[in-house]
Amino acid sequence: MLKLDNVSKTYKTGDKALHNVCLEVSAGQVVGLIGPSGAGKSTLIRCINRLVEPTQGSITLGSTDLTKLNRRDLRQARRRIGMIFQEYALVERLTVMENVLSGRLGYVPTWRSWFRKFSPEDIALAHSLLDNVGLADHYNKRADALSGGQRQRVGIARALEQNPELLLVDEPTASLDPKTSRQIMRLIRAACQERNLPAIINIHDVMLAQQFSDRIIGLRAGKVVFDGSPEALSDEVLTTIYGDEDWTQLRADATPTQNEATAVLDLAEGV
Amino acid sequence: MIHASSNEQPLWQHHSAKQTLLRWLGWFWLVAITVVSWQVMNENTIWAFVSDAPEQAVDIGSRMFPPAWGYISNLWEPLWDTINIATLGTLLGIIFAIPVAFLAATNTTPSTRFVRPVALLVIVASRSINSLIWALLLVAIIGPGLLAGIVAIGLRSIGFIAKLLYEAIEEIDESQVEAVRATGASGVQVIDYAIVPQILPAFWGISVFRWDINIRESTILGLVGAGGLGIQLNASLSTLAWNQVAMIFVVILGTVVISEWVSARVREAVL
Repeated sequence: MLKLDNVSKTYKTGDKALHNVCLEVSAGQVVGLIGPSGAGKSTLIRCINRLVEPTQGSITLGSTDLTKLNRRDLRQARRRIGMIFQEYALVERLTVMENVLSGRLGYVPTWRSWFRKFSPEDIALAHSLLDNVGLADHYNKRADALSGGQRQRVGIARALEQNPELLLVDEPTASLDPKTSRQIMRLIRAACQERNLPAIINIHDVMLAQQFSDRIIGLRAGKVVFDGSPEALSDEVLTTIYGDEDWTQLRADATPTQNEATAVLDLAEGV
Repeated sequence: MIHASSNEQPLWQHHSAKQTLLRWLGWFWLVAITVVSWQVMNENTIWAFVSDAPEQAVDIGSRMFPPAWGYISNLWEPLWDTINIATLGTLLGIIFAIPVAFLAATNTTPSTRFVRPVALLVIVASRSINSLIWALLLVAIIGPGLLAGIVAIGLRSIGFIAKLLYEAIEEIDESQVEAVRATGASGVQVIDYAIVPQILPAFWGISVFRWDINIRESTILGLVGAGGLGIQLNASLSTLAWNQVAMIFVVILGTVVISEWVSARVREAVL
């Protein structure tokens, strides 16, 4: 599905953010990407849709080598990759509906998007996605009128509006409270399962990563230092990723409250 | 700066010795320049004229009062011209300023090496020449009348609007741009969906502010033959009809108060 082969990134400043990263993600697999700040997690997922240009290596999505595309073909390839951002990155002064519909921009000619003339199918899809994330009644509100959790739901709807083949998720819960964070993760997880959609999720919170991923990749100083199942994430592994820390103590403090809430239940709570 | 003092505590000072010296030098220059300027100013002053200044002011003041209220019937047409010069000139400025601003902003310019300097040069050239001087040139080139006034106001406005607008473009939140670009949107669509919504309040504020300034500037353009109230002002001044001059002042004051009010309301509405 997605294959990264020997991907490296060196910034103009000389910082080497990624060292020969090789990994493969199969359809429907949710990958949690963990690692300390500055390990290259954001760079890695931005290399995939080339918001950051990789310096070396190849990235293949389906049968397309993303690193070889010219500008026009890159735009077409980006339509196949949905992205969800830290701090939501919604266009604050546009309505919720315009934000969700912007997921179709790659398919709509410029003059139509200028007059906000989207096809009825695009609008119907946007409505059903907003309904899925529990914001059916908010479509006409301006994005800056929503709470953090609601904004990230719009961000999810925008990414899904692209009808993507791959989801890139950059710290989706970094500015949300613990409960809302879990709800957002459940929504992303459910969306992936429904569509058999692979996802790479950058995340700081190890507990959340373990709970919501099929597979964990640990990044340290631009190198993959762990690649395995969430259960295999032992204290020794955490130490190789993050450095020394009393992990047993940390796990005890976190005490994952195993509530069996579903995404549907969250929406009923109206968060 | 850290100095070791007797009890081994690092000593903290707001300014280092060098900074303190520089500040004293700065103050010294300020005083010195004030003294020198005062002497230069006095050299070319004819004190006989200054000494009877109060009497002259009272004399002209008494000739101005009461204003020639009936003269207003001659002023409606030039007033209409003045407002047209300001409004059409502002529109002309806006039309040219928008592309210049996008070419000048570091985050939207196609080339920081070649295009940006040209755009900045346009801005500086437009800003460095006063409307009155633009009008003087244009009256010589395209002849006296409204058109010269409109073009003069337009040329002066390009730099003002473009400068403030490109600063607004440079201050936008790039994450919103990144998010729209990641959907596969084209360059124009990115401007439409991610940049324009962010700069729209600034754009309206700047445009209305410039219109407000242009109303004031266009009242004097007639002095050099570019149409509007200035022509009337010039005529009244040269015939020493001080009560007519006073009436013109009243009209200008009224117009400026109204334009201030309009621009304040517009700025309130868009923010």
